[in-house]
Amino acid sequence: MHTFDLTLDRVTKIEGSAALEVKVKAGKVEEVHFRTTDYKRFYTQAMQGKPVIALPQLLARICGTCSNAHLLCSIEASERALGITPTPQTLLLRTLTMYGLMIRDHALHLYLFSMPDLFGKDAFLDFDENDPVQHQLLHDAFEIKAAGNFLAMLVAGRSVHAPYPMIGGFSHFPEEAGIREARAKLEAIRPAVIRLIKIYEEAPFHFDRRTNFMAMVPVRYGFLNGKICDSKGCMIEEESLRDHLEHVVLPYSQASAYKHEGEAYMVGSLARMNLAKDKLHPRTKETLGKTLDLFPSTDIYRNNLAQAVEILHSLDDAVEILSTQNFSPEPIVKGTPREAVGIGVIEAPRGTLYHKYHLHPDGNVIEGEIVVPTGQNQINIEEDIYRLVQDLLPDTPKEKIAFEIEKLIRAYDPCMSCAAHFLKVDWQES
Amino acid sequence: MAEQTPVKKIRVGWFSFSCCEDNTIVMTEVLNDHWQEWRKLLDFCHARVLKSANTLEEMDVAFVEGAIASDKQVRELKEIRRLAKKLVAVGACAVMGMPSAQRNYFNEHQRKQIEFLLARFSALPKVLKVAEVVPVDVEIPGCPMDPHDFLSKVNALVKDFQEGKL
Repeated sequence: MHTFDLTLDRVTKIEGSAALEVKVKAGKVEEVHFRTTDYKRFYTQAMQGKPVIALPQLLARICGTCSNAHLLCSIEASERALGITPTPQTLLLRTLTMYGLMIRDHALHLYLFSMPDLFGKDAFLDFDENDPVQHQLLHDAFEIKAAGNFLAMLVAGRSVHAPYPMIGGFSHFPEEAGIREARAKLEAIRPAVIRLIKIYEEAPFHFDRRTNFMAMVPVRYGFLNGKICDSKGCMIEEESLRDHLEHVVLPYSQASAYKHEGEAYMVGSLARMNLAKDKLHPRTKETLGKTLDLFPSTDIYRNNLAQAVEILHSLDDAVEILSTQNFSPEPIVKGTPREAVGIGVIEAPRGTLYHKYHLHPDGNVIEGEIVVPTGQNQINIEEDIYRLVQDLLPDTPKEKIAFEIEKLIRAYDPCMSCAAHFLKVDWQES
Repeated sequence: MAEQTPVKKIRVGWFSFSCCEDNTIVMTEVLNDHWQEWRKLLDFCHARVLKSANTLEEMDVAFVEGAIASDKQVRELKEIRRLAKKLVAVGACAVMGMPSAQRNYFNEHQRKQIEFLLARFSALPKVLKVAEVVPVDVEIPGCPMDPHDFLSKVNALVKDFQEGKL
């Protein structure tokens, strides 16, 4: 019977740093630990005593790739604490900021992290320019990413730690020439995005498992406002979300984990598509037709397809907003410091993101709490690895098991900034 | 017809320590416009965000982002320094420690809240900037780094390499 420990010191091609330990005894998986190995930077403590106006830019530094999601979630929580209602134009500019993020971030994951697995390559940059399909994909990837980056720069000033969005509005507004260029770039990548969707629709990887999916279901599939729903029919207001999550301490990890009603659950693109695909942009729905019938899905690898669909939706809705709205300078809406609790919830690329601040009457933070998507997916990921390894035993070679684990982890697109390329696989057989 | 001699590429490593990896993201955005040129010039021997088959061996240039938060990271950084001809500190956390080093400035109340976690994960008492651990040849400050500054420093290193000055 197989008895061994599998240690993956560093997961590669993910955001951040993660490791994995699997213990197998007499042919049975006994333990799975999926660990965040990034050292804590203590943002929850660091926000204490800071003026609320400093929070969005401070907390954007939690994550490089999800930076603008933290920024907007922090702004929302701060505005609610200060009693500020943003203008309709501000909400549209924030929606466009999210679309730039979704296009850029999902494309990074789908091309540079996940696609090498589909083509049997180590790295996306290893794709062969002399092969017509791979040549096309190389060009598609960087053109899509560049268009998302351009949109983010136009609207928010930067893709990472954007300077224009702030509490109460924006400090800069897109000009006509930039809007025209953004529309042209977005329309130009549409065929490439449709090719990407086709690739992930036909991808041969599958891992079917029942779980509860949770996402904010918006009026406009724009990632910013709505009610939080799950696949069991539960509906939660944004300010009550935390009451429905149970914090789980993992002594082996630098990160926190969460359960919902005592069980693991999944957040992210697949959850959003399962719960809100009818809210996609009409042009996206018309183009994709039967592809959308694949949702709802319990196949974790469909998270990749869901991300590709979200790129198309983001593109189509961004083009509509940029074609139909005029943007003009607006003053920043000011609030009054008061003792209050402000809660912000948005859909970040990897799922539901929660910021909560308790403000002192002087406008400084007494305490705060942040719940990130990967913490919510943590237990689901561990349960999946447990079953995956058990299913692969006893006949699969260990190297193949390690590869399959990494591949599945990458489908979740966890955010540890480097966690999907395992640096070292250390097998200890006993 | 004479066979073309393959151009020798610069061996490059990209390493992330304690930070949000914003510079990694900016680097992947710079790739949008420069990937074809970089494929000819650069050999990424170690870049976890780009590939799985990473090797830690002699390299021409090591780019290091993030601050240093543990003895293990100190050992890793010293090894990178030993193997690299040039070491470039990238981004605010690498160049000046902040914001990853914000716990260095916590008050007594905040320190008490985190001390059990520092002990559990064998973290250093103070978070260090890269230059406090190893000599740094080039600095690219910014949170995140400025892509134009990054490109101009990469181009200068490429020129040095091509002129045999590395």
